Amino acid sequence: MVPFNLLVAACLIYVILLFLVAFWAERQAQRGRVKWLRSPLVYTLSLSIYCTAWTFYGAVGYAARSGLEFVTIYLGPTLVLIGWWWVLRKLVRIGRTQRVTSIADLISSRFGKSNLLGVIVTLICVVAATPYIALQLQSVTLSFNVFAGPVPEGWAMRDSNSTALWVAAGLTLFTILFGTRNLDANERHNGVVTAIALEAVVKLVALLAVGVFTVWVVASGPADILSRIEASDIADWQMQPGRWAGLTFLAGAAILTLPRMFQVMVVENADERHMATASWAFPLYLFAMSLFVVPIAVVGLAVLPEGSNPDLFVLTLPLAFDQGGLAMLAFLGGFSSATSMVIVEAIALATMVSNHIVMPLWLRFRSGGARGAGDVRGLVLMSRRLSIAGVLALGYTYFALSGGSSALAAIGLISFVGVAQILPAMLGGLFWRGATRLGAASGLLTGFAIWLYALFLPSFGNGGLFGVELMLHGPLGVGWLRPQALFGIGGIDPLLHALFWSLSLNTALFCAVSLLTFPGPMERLQGVAFVNVFDHSGPTRGWSRGGAEAEDLLAMAQGILGADEAQGFFQAQAAAQGKAGFLPDTTPDFFAALERRLAGSVGAATAHAMIAQFAAGAAVSVQDLMAVANEAQQIMEYSSQLEAKSEELARTARALSEANEKLQALSVQKDAFLSQISHELRTPMTSIRAFSEILMEGGLEGPDQARYAEIIHDETIRLTRLLDDLLDLSVLENGRVQLNVQVANLHDLIDRALQAASQTRPERRFLIHRDLPTEHMPIFTDTDRLVQVFINLISNARKYCDAARPELTIRVRRRGAQVEVDFIDNGSGIPAGSQSLVFEKFARLTDTTRAGGAGLGLAICREIMANLGGTITYVPGQGGAAFRVALPARRQREAA
Amino acid sequence: MPARSTPLFLARRSYRRRRVMDAARLLPVVGGFLVALPILWRPAETPGGETAQGVVYLFVVWALLILAAAVLARKLSPALEDEAGESGLGPERR
Repeated sequence: MVPFNLLVAACLIYVILLFLVAFWAERQAQRGRVKWLRSPLVYTLSLSIYCTAWTFYGAVGYAARSGLEFVTIYLGPTLVLIGWWWVLRKLVRIGRTQRVTSIADLISSRFGKSNLLGVIVTLICVVAATPYIALQLQSVTLSFNVFAGPVPEGWAMRDSNSTALWVAAGLTLFTILFGTRNLDANERHNGVVTAIALEAVVKLVALLAVGVFTVWVVASGPADILSRIEASDIADWQMQPGRWAGLTFLAGAAILTLPRMFQVMVVENADERHMATASWAFPLYLFAMSLFVVPIAVVGLAVLPEGSNPDLFVLTLPLAFDQGGLAMLAFLGGFSSATSMVIVEAIALATMVSNHIVMPLWLRFRSGGARGAGDVRGLVLMSRRLSIAGVLALGYTYFALSGGSSALAAIGLISFVGVAQILPAMLGGLFWRGATRLGAASGLLTGFAIWLYALFLPSFGNGGLFGVELMLHGPLGVGWLRPQALFGIGGIDPLLHALFWSLSLNTALFCAVSLLTFPGPMERLQGVAFVNVFDHSGPTRGWSRGGAEAEDLLAMAQGILGADEAQGFFQAQAAAQGKAGFLPDTTPDFFAALERRLAGSVGAATAHAMIAQFAAGAAVSVQDLMAVANEAQQIMEYSSQLEAKSEELARTARALSEANEKLQALSVQKDAFLSQISHELRTPMTSIRAFSEILMEGGLEGPDQARYAEIIHDETIRLTRLLDDLLDLSVLENGRVQLNVQVANLHDLIDRALQAASQTRPERRFLIHRDLPTEHMPIFTDTDRLVQVFINLISNARKYCDAARPELTIRVRRRGAQVEVDFIDNGSGIPAGSQSLVFEKFARLTDTTRAGGAGLGLAICREIMANLGGTITYVPGQGGAAFRVALPARRQREAA
Repeated sequence: MPARSTPLFLARRSYRRRRVMDAARLLPVVGGFLVALPILWRPAETPGGETAQGVVYLFVVWALLILAAAVLARKLSPALEDEAGESGLGPERR
């Protein structure tokens, strides 16, 4: 017997190992070392969450009770996986092009981004998953009890509920820590996936070890096992054709529709080609997991005392032969199966709940809608974390209330039938353009209702929710509504009965209502995008040109994606349009791309609703509808080639006209500068001439003479400064500048700059926001030049910030090898038209009286930054003028 | 005569490739048939001797299906490479 304390310790060490692995994987991913993390092997192993504790413990029990029938649960998925070319490939492709976040999102997105469908699917999944999570908690508790013995010793808990509570709490912590690190649900949870791959290995090794022990140590090889099978009770097994076919089908359906399988198979998929490997490697995994099930069951039945629970043979068999170590390994295998399932299920369900229930409610009840949205990111993450806790709390409550029912397999199959209700809408959506939203909704609701009535609620046992009277004679004595004999057809296996009626009525209604109703424009668009996903390489467009300002969109996107992500995305989009800076034109394509990006975080329906508040006019243009209706593919292809060409022309034209505008503005500026510079040179010259003439005439008192000389001196200094600036600029522009690179603390540099710049308009009191701890970082650069840039930016803020209570925020951030310093004031910022000009020479936006210089400051800054190997940019949409200085933390050696 | 040894067909490679895809589509149908076969077994007319055979049959069929899927996946990989290159949906680069 293994001491119980040792078992608990092993368990804790294992959990700590999982945390470390997940943490390590996240770190690797952050550093961009994802090649190994995203290999087909890890993908295949992550699919193994199909094998839960139900497989690990339950399969043996199932075999002991009903013979070979247990393999149907693994043959169904095998058939679906080897048939990947039909369904899975399409599913994965759609999942990636549409940035699908969950199975509810898939259905909602396919049927016109309908949130109603998202809610229905979410509800079905939560209701069906709750008993399944309870089942995992139960299996861990049961396996603990095997070791605890009749009298609790050591740390054994008297009450099995408290074991389950601890397990649930630990899993909640793990899932929240590693499952909600990034908001984009479409991005991979590298930590979770890697930990699950490890768990997959542990459970496979554990089951194989017990199997090998059984076949070659307890029995004497395969031949012996075969003869033992014939001698055991399992040989009396009767094939029930209905159940055989039904269960194979059910398991095949489940692997497509289980939320956790969808999560690892589609959402976490990093490369479509991994599917090819998984198509044979995952069936191989299932094969290996099932190989020793019958031998363990047969030997267990023969060796262990009458009446021992066959669901626990995997543990009790090694214990009966005093193999403590092996039993411990088996225990960890079962623990792995339970925990990995719960973690992924909780992530999948939490994404659905937060995207389809919490976010739409928030959007509706929030005044002003998405416009000017603040930090939505925090809200979504919080709602996701709370949902994870909620899902696990539901599972625990079910476990505590049901008190743990006897046979594991029954609960698992009931849950399978529940999620299988999504299958008609899913397959119909993938292959039939005529499927409509109302059809899907009515099919789903019908199937769900029948499942609840005929299978789920009766599963609480006679005298549970449904009384004996109701089960025998139907509600109010209506015989043909008896839960287990609908329409008067009794005598079928209850599971098959519910499966048959729920799925057939579900499919029938789905098809009939789809035939009778008419889809909306968005539904038709999405229908084409899904069904013809392999023909349509281009994404669908759903927006006509909106009247929205790119700057507003950027502010909204920052609230959801985070500032870095959103700015990067906008920059890339602008670059694709041939524009520099952060603000792309709000073309329909840009709207579609932004919507898809947001959908990866908050789901298609919510993203659509948020964009709808910005894009003016009809969401679907006539051209888009014509593209749907147009059956003549060739014409479309030809016109799409034309379109591509004209798009390229438009892009070039846009770039040209932008360059032209800039040139014109520059030429105007240059003229202005010439008169400006002559003016600037002339004013001091005039006074110098006047005062020197006075001095030449002589006859002045000592003090007057000194005063006039001082004026002349000051004016010459002013002249010199102007000429210095000009000289500096030309040196910088020609790249002939000598850099004096040294190491310094960025914090000290900012301090120096703030102090020096405080001379500019010293009468203004500025509130400075800084985050001191982040500023302390070493930096290798020409510190004097860098400080010069900082001083310029700070004094600009002091000069031009027009807020009544001026504030300046300085934010330092490290991004890879780059350091970014943002200077953001709370004034009215720079109007969009002038943003591209501020860095040009002699640009001055306001009248000259307020500024003291000749408008060379920012131009010098830009040249300095270019010389330091960095950039300076204006960042729009930050609630004031915002400049970002980016430079390498360590200056690379010049190639030249 | 040597001209006869290769059939007159120009796009042999893409023709082969499409037939491999057909085979990939057929495989689950064949698999479903083989898995459904046990339904036809006559229920226990002869006592004993059947369940062990059943176990062996199912696991052999299973192993063959996995093998076939692995071979097909290998043959399909060039088609997938081309596709990934076209659609720009290869591994995500972030």
